[in-house]
Amino acid sequence: MRIAGLAIATVVALVAQTTLARFVSGTIVVDLVLVVVVYAALLAGPVTGLLTGTFAGLLQDALSIGVIGIGGLAKTIVGFLAGVIGTQFIVSQAPSRFVVFFAATVLHAVIFMGLYQLLGLRDFGAPYGKVLEQAFANAVVGTVAFQAAELLPGAVERRRMNRMRRR
Amino acid sequence: MIPMARLETRSRAGYLLLAAIVGHVLLISAQVNSKSGVPILEAVTFGAFAELQRGTAALTGSVRRTWNEYIALRQVREENEALKHRLAETEIQVQEQRALADRTRSLAELLELRQSLDLKTTAAEIIGAASTPDFRTVTIDKGSQEGLAVDMAVIAPAGIVGRVVIPSQRASKVQLLIDRNAAAGAIVARSRAQGVVVGTGETRLRMDYVSTSSDVVVGDTVVTSGVDGIYPKGLVIGRVDNIDKTSGAWQIGIVPAVDFSSLEQVLVVLAPTSTSDAPQQGARP
Repeated sequence: MRIAGLAIATVVALVAQTTLARFVSGTIVVDLVLVVVVYAALLAGPVTGLLTGTFAGLLQDALSIGVIGIGGLAKTIVGFLAGVIGTQFIVSQAPSRFVVFFAATVLHAVIFMGLYQLLGLRDFGAPYGKVLEQAFANAVVGTVAFQAAELLPGAVERRRMNRMRRR
Repeated sequence: MIPMARLETRSRAGYLLLAAIVGHVLLISAQVNSKSGVPILEAVTFGAFAELQRGTAALTGSVRRTWNEYIALRQVREENEALKHRLAETEIQVQEQRALADRTRSLAELLELRQSLDLKTTAAEIIGAASTPDFRTVTIDKGSQEGLAVDMAVIAPAGIVGRVVIPSQRASKVQLLIDRNAAAGAIVARSRAQGVVVGTGETRLRMDYVSTSSDVVVGDTVVTSGVDGIYPKGLVIGRVDNIDKTSGAWQIGIVPAVDFSSLEQVLVVLAPTSTSDAPQQGARP
């Protein structure tokens, strides 16, 4: 059930990524698929993070024009490490989650761009500003998603209780 | 002391990570060493996902249409009195006509370009963007079924857009000229100075390999030279925006003629590139 949920979340993130990019002028910086991988890793641990990273990364690679496996490898490692951090440290507060999403994006960029540079397949120039921009965007989206997922059920429940009291 | 079960779980996760890394490395190695065409996995996955993108594009299109033509109209009707009803309808009709005129103009431009080119082309609609922010690609709704193949040029009325990199049966992935790994043989229309225009991954282009004795000034129009065998000769690429002549090799910045963020329809050149010297319609500065 959880596997199906994560697979659906990954596909939804990919569809959203490819659809939103059409309507947003310029370069879209947020990587929704990476956000899903880190989210899953923090929620369910390193093995889930690793498997989600592998699935999401390979799917993203297959749909891009790059080498299949580079994004997969980057997301596998990031998913695993984010899961390890999620189990070893307390990351239940928004600032700590923000840091994890931020660091995960930077690590992903280092592995992804590093491998492309190492293999001589793509020159990314000096992408420091763009990586930091993407890390910030992913961290904001990831943190907000966590907060929304945690606060939404409570808010719905409170609203239901208030309605019942009024009756 | 760490319990045995926890240790086993940890080592299992470690083995899994190791297996995943080895698997990925093998996968990457296989592709990097290969000089063949499109990998089957890539083509199949892309083909399947393109169908999903087609569905999403249709869904977003119908949502936008519903919003523009029904919900917004309904809100207007609700806000207006009976006397304003006819006016509201007229306004909507005007909007529809304007939208129709815009679309007709866009298609007419494509048709005009198509007729002016001495090339066999097919029109296509953009149905999706890149799956990762690191690549600049779009998905179009025509594929090998319509005769599209790898390395076919994709153009718009304003200039060149990119080339087909992955054709599936009913859709194709197009690498935009602004992608970091994209390039096109180029020539300065005024002085005939030659070079290679490359993508930067951003919204601008760069012209490399231009001789330092060449005559290039800001504002010059850069067109395709046709030497790459992909893009027809004489199509507009963009305009020279800045030139840095301080270093050994000139740094020439180019603003693309095509606005890649608002592309909706394109033409795919089905026939081989033209070898005539006459500039194509899109090349006129």
